[in-house]
Amino acid sequence: MTTILPRKDVVIVGLGWTGAILAHELTEDGLDVVAIERGPWRDTATDFNIGYAQDELRYGIRRDLFLQPAVEAMTMRNSTSQTALPMRDYGSFLPGNGVGGAGVHWNGHTWRFWDSDFQIADHLRDRYGAGRIQDLQLQNWGVTGAEMEKSFDRFEYLAGISGKAGNINGQIQEGGNPFEDPRSRDYPLPPLQMTYAPTLFAEVTKSLNLHPFPTPAANLSEDYINPLGIAMGQCTMCGFCERFGCANYSKSSAQTTILPVLMKKKNFEVRTESEVLHVDLDASKKHARGVTYVNTSGEEFFQPADMVLLCAYGLHNVRLMMLSGIGQIYDPNTGEGTVGRNYCYQTNAGAQVFFDDKNFNPFVAAGALGQTVDDYNGDAFDHGPLDFVGGAGINCIPSNGRPIQTRPTPPGTPRWGSDWKKATVKSYKSTLGFSSQGSSYPTRGNYLDLDPTYTDRFGRPLLRFTFDFPDNDIRMSNWVSDRMEDIAKAFGGRQYTNTRRKKGWDSVPYQSTHNTGGAIMGTDPKTSAINKYLQSWDVANVFVIGASAFAHNAGKNPTGTVGALAFHAADAIRQQYLRNPGQPLVSA
Amino acid sequence: MSKRLFSLTLAATTFSAGLVFAQAPDQADEIIRGRYQAILGDCAACHTAPGAKPLSGGLPLETPFGQIIPPNITPDKASGIGNWTEADFRNALKNGIGHDGKRLYPAMPYPAYTRMSDRDIGNLWSYLRTVEPVFNPVESNQLPFPFNIRLSMMGWNMLNFTAGEFRPDPSKSAEWNRGAYIVQGPGHCGTCHSPKTVLGADETSEALQGGSLQGWYAPNITGNSYIGIGSWSEDEIVQYLKTGTNGHTIASGPMAEAIQASTSLMADEDVHAIATYLKSTEGGPAQKPQPIPASDARMKVGAAIYHDTCSACHGGDGKGARQLFPALAGSSIVQQPSAETLTRLVLQGSQAVHTPQAKTTPSMPSLGWRLSDEQVAAVLTYVRNSWGNAAPSVGASDIGAQR
Repeated sequence: MTTILPRKDVVIVGLGWTGAILAHELTEDGLDVVAIERGPWRDTATDFNIGYAQDELRYGIRRDLFLQPAVEAMTMRNSTSQTALPMRDYGSFLPGNGVGGAGVHWNGHTWRFWDSDFQIADHLRDRYGAGRIQDLQLQNWGVTGAEMEKSFDRFEYLAGISGKAGNINGQIQEGGNPFEDPRSRDYPLPPLQMTYAPTLFAEVTKSLNLHPFPTPAANLSEDYINPLGIAMGQCTMCGFCERFGCANYSKSSAQTTILPVLMKKKNFEVRTESEVLHVDLDASKKHARGVTYVNTSGEEFFQPADMVLLCAYGLHNVRLMMLSGIGQIYDPNTGEGTVGRNYCYQTNAGAQVFFDDKNFNPFVAAGALGQTVDDYNGDAFDHGPLDFVGGAGINCIPSNGRPIQTRPTPPGTPRWGSDWKKATVKSYKSTLGFSSQGSSYPTRGNYLDLDPTYTDRFGRPLLRFTFDFPDNDIRMSNWVSDRMEDIAKAFGGRQYTNTRRKKGWDSVPYQSTHNTGGAIMGTDPKTSAINKYLQSWDVANVFVIGASAFAHNAGKNPTGTVGALAFHAADAIRQQYLRNPGQPLVSA
Repeated sequence: MSKRLFSLTLAATTFSAGLVFAQAPDQADEIIRGRYQAILGDCAACHTAPGAKPLSGGLPLETPFGQIIPPNITPDKASGIGNWTEADFRNALKNGIGHDGKRLYPAMPYPAYTRMSDRDIGNLWSYLRTVEPVFNPVESNQLPFPFNIRLSMMGWNMLNFTAGEFRPDPSKSAEWNRGAYIVQGPGHCGTCHSPKTVLGADETSEALQGGSLQGWYAPNITGNSYIGIGSWSEDEIVQYLKTGTNGHTIASGPMAEAIQASTSLMADEDVHAIATYLKSTEGGPAQKPQPIPASDARMKVGAAIYHDTCSACHGGDGKGARQLFPALAGSSIVQQPSAETLTRLVLQGSQAVHTPQAKTTPSMPSLGWRLSDEQVAAVLTYVRNSWGNAAPSVGASDIGAQR
């Protein structure tokens, strides 16, 4: 039996970064908002207690804060010729769970995508000709970098990002990223104090005529009070960011930047440990009536609402659309359908340099404390003579020196036993790592849909991945790895390794929780699921907010752009949609 | 400053017909002024239970003599004070004698309210008549024999109570007198912050020098610069009362509640007046004792625990961080003679209040699960005697008693 609840103005699925931003913005307009969150309530004092927040076994290895496959699994295959099988455990990527979502346990790298990303198809076609991108399904996002600037700025000031501007209103700033788009003002906080490894990386890359700059960080370099009046503290550089909640109010998350204000509002409510089963549509399939969810006792509820905002992790947004019949599921054979289209990931590679005479003290660290060079990222360099498009940021961000997982050893070291122990002692403090975070461009055959065989505990089909690294991206990553080899040599260490990205995506080893696309924004309802305001083309009172909206993934962490898109969508709802509710903001 | 402990039972058990009180339109100003008196007096702190209708009865107060439940003071005739007259109400506040001559217990701070002006009491009465009547019978008197005999309060009053309105000191400024009036009268600060005699009365010779209640120690709030608030500027006192935080400390426990429901809602000039008056008061030892030397074994253990467990937030130098983490260095609450509040904060944790100017509500996490009695005693001894602080050491048995 389903209990029908009193109507709300807005129901939000998932209370992470985007859900919290949208809830705050829409409650400011007086709307009555309820958020429904699958996982538990979490807050700093009780859940990230200073006495156990840095428990690597509990959080780093056993992954206490993450989604577990018993709650929801996914299936994967590399191509349509294979049969997908369920991932028995999450490995390659780790979706979040609970209030704050993946924004609780991120490292804090906070980037802006560029105008050449938002208008990527036009940009690359104009510069290199249509032939260069014919094997890729690259599409414009429907927005421009200039249009998004205000929203990036709002997210960075909400979150208290530490960094150094490279381009303020067209003026290149010494020490910042010269390749970034113009921004209206500097970051709210100065860069974090650098540790030794990124300092050395900056010296070496500068000597190679590259342009290193401090990675923009959601680990706070100073105490900060954000525009909502919420105070945050200076990061203590404990090195427990990714996979952990922050005990010191030093890492930006919904908990540290929004919830203290949001939770006091009388027109906001969150229901935790409640899983949305689907969005309910009316008979026309053009209008959402609300959502159906189930609590941990198995009781089912229908929450009627005038608007439904899907603010779960991007992959869950896509699956909920499919399970609810919002839009048509993408078919790679015909190219028809939009939901599941343009799933992208991240194309990463790594290098390590082993020294005899250096001490990097890797335990003094923060998730985004480091240096980046963007000389080979996106379209910052001329691809004319090259055989690929896209690029990678090269990052030296020693985010932690945690005892279980930080065990660098040179090639040839046994994997266990006394020689391994000796090698870890020798290498722990004297090894410098850096990595490339490469773009991931869409192809016709990389997509998401519903698995025909496997179901979850409620009998709903699991999400199925069909993905492998496109040839273009492998060529890109290899070319960037050649540049990394130049850098590794220039360090002058005893020896180095340079691990290259190969085809054959493997879902087991951790790579990146940057799963993008599947419900992408765009200008054409035939090739995108949502319009430039993140409103469903098919069901006008549904907005889908998250990295699911990315039409491709750049060589950057997605959170900054996710946060900006949340503000962008909130502005559109407040300034346009609410004047004429239920209507499309862009005519198809 | 929770009035919960000392609030009084106004048992309304008789149902004689009261006066029908007609509200005239020109009473609006009086009602608004009366509502402000209810804020100054923080009536809701005791008389409103969490989540309940305003003033319909509170949570039980644990007094050293037994339990008292703050009564329903809505105008409900059956279970509230709907049958009271204004004269009854005046008599209750001024003399501790309620409707039908029933003696009040001084958990209701009539020894302070007696200082209120007739006009303020009249306004408060007008306001209370406008509150939504709620039927909620409360048996306030839960005290054991012999304290449950209300008549015994007659003797208590003879020994401990002086009726009479506040008398301004003409040699002081109007602001000082306003502050003194609020502190001694409607604000009833001494109800928590003054030490108590064995009979539970304020130790008037040591007014505002700190008192223990309900597992908290309400600190010295005189102008003493060592353990009072003398080292705070007037603006810092105002900031604390308006927001719950001022860079030196963050309110916890009953004071946090008082800030949320009362002082943060007071008029700015009244909060300034309170600060002016408190800074002028004196009390407590003027000289710091010698700190326990860092070489002391307890201090060494405490330092190690501090750097492991506390320094990430409170800083290696004990300076804390603005709105987020209170400073321990130079903090008067840290150096009170009693470590009761500190112990409670470490064992159970605490969360700051949400005020319009300080919204973060940062928390001190509970560490009772992690630290033994000896470890808590050592780390408290350390923070009480480091960075220029000096206060008596804390013993493990004191911690055990508070678990």
